[in-house]
Amino acid sequence: MTNTDIIIHDEKDNVGVVVIEKIIPNQDCNCWVMENDSSMQIQSKNEIPLGHKIAMIDFKEGDTIIKYGHDIGKVVKSIKKGEHVHVHNVKTKKW
Amino acid sequence: MEIPKSFLGYKRENKRVGTRNHVVILPVDDISNACAEAVANNIKGTFAIPHAYGRLQFGADLELFFDTMIGTGKNPNVAACVVIGIEPKWTKKIVDAVATTGKPVEGFSIEGAGDIETIMKASRKAQEFSQWASEKQREECPLSDLWISVKCGESDTTSGMAANPAVGNLMDKLEPLGVHLCFGETSELTGAEKVCATRGANPEASDKFMKTWSDYNDFILKEATNDLSESQPTAGNIAGGLTTIEEKAFGNFQKIGSRTFIDVLTPAEEPKKGPGLYFMDTSSAAGECLTLQAAAGFNIHLFPTGQGNIIGNAIEPVVKLTGNPSTAINMKEHIDLDVSKILKREMNMDQAGDELIKTTIRAASGRLTCAEVLGHKEFIMTKLFRSA
Repeated sequence: MTNTDIIIHDEKDNVGVVVIEKIIPNQDCNCWVMENDSSMQIQSKNEIPLGHKIAMIDFKEGDTIIKYGHDIGKVVKSIKKGEHVHVHNVKTKKW
Repeated sequence: MEIPKSFLGYKRENKRVGTRNHVVILPVDDISNACAEAVANNIKGTFAIPHAYGRLQFGADLELFFDTMIGTGKNPNVAACVVIGIEPKWTKKIVDAVATTGKPVEGFSIEGAGDIETIMKASRKAQEFSQWASEKQREECPLSDLWISVKCGESDTTSGMAANPAVGNLMDKLEPLGVHLCFGETSELTGAEKVCATRGANPEASDKFMKTWSDYNDFILKEATNDLSESQPTAGNIAGGLTTIEEKAFGNFQKIGSRTFIDVLTPAEEPKKGPGLYFMDTSSAAGECLTLQAAAGFNIHLFPTGQGNIIGNAIEPVVKLTGNPSTAINMKEHIDLDVSKILKREMNMDQAGDELIKTTIRAASGRLTCAEVLGHKEFIMTKLFRSA
């Protein structure tokens, strides 16, 4: 089996989580969708460390990030597919 | 995997089953700790459960104190119980309630007798209980005699990816077999509270959950000077990749798999609606949460951790699992099951759930957990407000 670089929890998720030490820009990454045990590929745009999220699609401001199949926050700065998703471009909808 | 049908447990007088055969010396109050510890020191096969409270509490706080003490004595992991308090009245209250299970229990009060005479009398009784309990044998019991509580701690992104969903997978497999299950952590569900409410098995359970969560949230808003965005997620969570409180909550929420909860319990409340999953209103502090779950009668605990929480419990064996490969190596002595292979796709969730079921059954049948062999006996009372 090929090495897994990124795990996606749910089919509906639009972000994945890096599970290797880090991915580097322009790396072709293997993604594993846990829910249905399927695979896909994505090319990264940034360096992203272990445990951090990568955008699986393009997002514009106001879009919703889905992880575990659920709304985990709103996009506050547009994000391109393959970019790092974190506190600099996503905020909670709670407050 | 075909799920084993049974484990080896201790059948108690009230038909409940223990995964342990403890003889406990239970101090009613802080000033009786010394006496209880002296008795436990005299009599092998017993241990004391010292704690900081039991004096001048009142109202709901006093009620929770009694529920916690009585529930601890009643837990089927306790074979027999010696209760020692300064005054006879509160001592008797605990003894009488524990005695309803049919298990051997006797109380001693120190006032008017002093420590030394009390230690002598209580030691004689403790010796009798210890030798009586030592003859109890484990018997084959159906898995439906397992009452499993869960709580996670020192979470990181691997918790949501591996250890927590492994617990969820176990719940999905064991709930249909008639197991009692319990999750808590009211505060840590903030961000996922609406979705959690939809997991109520009936409108009453959902409403009860939302009321419990709202009461908690109102308390936070009253006590906190601002919202929790500065502290939830924590700086450590953010460094680990968690972005929002919602993301943290949904990671936590993976522990219940695709189950629905049939009722919402107050702290330390015993489940009364039969087998199935319950939510209990608890703090997210591990010591407090586990003490409440044990007092409600749960007889084995599953604790997924990311960075490596080391918690144990006085009477409930705590099985720890991690999905973090570094924690599995660096804190090996604390980890009963390593599920970090999930991250490398060398193990899928179905396999992780199966491994956890096997580990849980072994621990329930008597294999000492890491927390037990390392001497973790945490017993932490939840205090609702200051004493008089």
